[in-house]
Amino acid sequence: MDVGRLKISRPIPYRQIAASVLLFVFLAFIIHAFWVGQIEWHYVSGYLFSAPILRGVRGTIVMTICAMVIGILLGTTIAIMRMSANPALRWAATGYIWLFRGTPALLQLLLWFNLALIFPTISLFGFFPVNTVEVMTPFVAALLGLGIQQGAYTAEVVRSGILSVDRGQMEAAQSIGMTKLRAMLTIVLPQAMRVIVPPIGNETIGMVKLTSLASVIQYSEVLRTVGDVYYANSRVIELLIVAGIWYMVIVTVLSTGQSYIEKYFSKGWGRAAPAVKPLADGRAAMGAA
Amino acid sequence: MASILQAIHVQKYYGAFQALNDVSLSVDRGEVACIIGPSGSGKSTLLRCASQLEGIDGGVITVDGEIAGFRRSGDTLVPLGDSQIARQRQNVGMVFQRFNLFPHRSVLENLLEGPVRVQRRPADECRKEALALLERVGLAAKATAYPNELSGGQQQRVAIARALAMRPKILLFDEPTSALDPELVGEVLSVMKELARSGMTMIVVTHEIAFCREVADRVVFMDAGAIIATGSPEDMIVRPQNPRVASFISAVL
Repeated sequence: MDVGRLKISRPIPYRQIAASVLLFVFLAFIIHAFWVGQIEWHYVSGYLFSAPILRGVRGTIVMTICAMVIGILLGTTIAIMRMSANPALRWAATGYIWLFRGTPALLQLLLWFNLALIFPTISLFGFFPVNTVEVMTPFVAALLGLGIQQGAYTAEVVRSGILSVDRGQMEAAQSIGMTKLRAMLTIVLPQAMRVIVPPIGNETIGMVKLTSLASVIQYSEVLRTVGDVYYANSRVIELLIVAGIWYMVIVTVLSTGQSYIEKYFSKGWGRAAPAVKPLADGRAAMGAA
Repeated sequence: MASILQAIHVQKYYGAFQALNDVSLSVDRGEVACIIGPSGSGKSTLLRCASQLEGIDGGVITVDGEIAGFRRSGDTLVPLGDSQIARQRQNVGMVFQRFNLFPHRSVLENLLEGPVRVQRRPADECRKEALALLERVGLAAKATAYPNELSGGQQQRVAIARALAMRPKILLFDEPTSALDPELVGEVLSVMKELARSGMTMIVVTHEIAFCREVADRVVFMDAGAIIATGSPEDMIVRPQNPRVASFISAVL
């Protein structure tokens, strides 16, 4: 027989079938466990949109945004300092990263919150003295603690992004009369964003959950507000599920936002090149459908 | 004295390695000087020092009479700050081997970045000038394209237009065709020829001997960080006088 006419057989995918069955059994077991477990689901639905819980959700979102803004600003500054020609700036940056990456976030939160124990009043070289206890509210302490330690991690992310940009970009920018700082901010950093955004997105998602540490210093975020409720009505699991649902919602929204930001910063990077345009458009259309 | 760029006894070290050894060179207004020589001979280093991408360790470089990178105070030279060096760099255009266009900016934005944002000239005027420059390098149709959508030859022509948009007093080319596919070299060289004819002062580091012969007013041969010989294309390429130049020319032709 002509070899060119031989048929290619399609073997039965036993392994895929076996894996699917196992997965199904496992899911059924989990769902069954929650079904027969002593969970009063109407507490979950009842508290999901209640006023105190929503206040906590707002607290979590506000803290995530503020801490990340501080973290990114600090991180970018520290990364640029770390790559400076000035050794004093380099040492300062290295010291900052060493200090704030080296201790647990929870410890840092507690230190900020209890700052009044060592500095009862804070002043600017003797001017504008204020009582530390009044200034160091749970919000401020959590913001400083989370933002500053985030800056140490973000600095390393930004630095790796800057290193990923070809050195010729800095030189070309300098050759058209830009100072080093200006070239860094307008030419190098925007290109570094392509490398920086994915890990920053990852860290933002981490921050959503890290804000739960602030419950320890009485900042009213979602875990603390559900705690306040279950101390009163003893519906611990139901309210923890409420908190879990809200975390999942926030993280899902953020993940979606991340992919849009990534698209924005990949401008000019070949994905829009004419040769591949039909494919890229096709994918976008599929994504939208 | 119409000398635009002057290098006087320039010394440059990378650690213990001497990259430039007592290099002196003067390029007049409208002159085209081509620098040739084996790789590692300090040709690119000289250009990078002239454009102040590298500092020098001895001697002086002047651009249009102004000392590059330093302020003279009696008998000493005081280094300038970053912003003053940046201002001086505006007079010296640089075209790189690997183009170094800004990939996140369109072709037109690449041209406008310097004049509008750095020199703060009126945007309308710069835009007209930038489009005229693109026309001049044959890429008027590509104004809104991004660099990655262009061929290497087109990117290098945009890079030349970007340097010209700064209205530099001198244009330095650092092996402008070495990173190009052979069939794209011609389009870049013809843009450079047109520039040379228009009276632009240029220093070109290149391995394109035929280009040197046709366009250069002066050919400079460098080896081991020093200028070995300098002269007309006739004396340097057609009938090389210096034996080291002669052996180099016969090896590359």
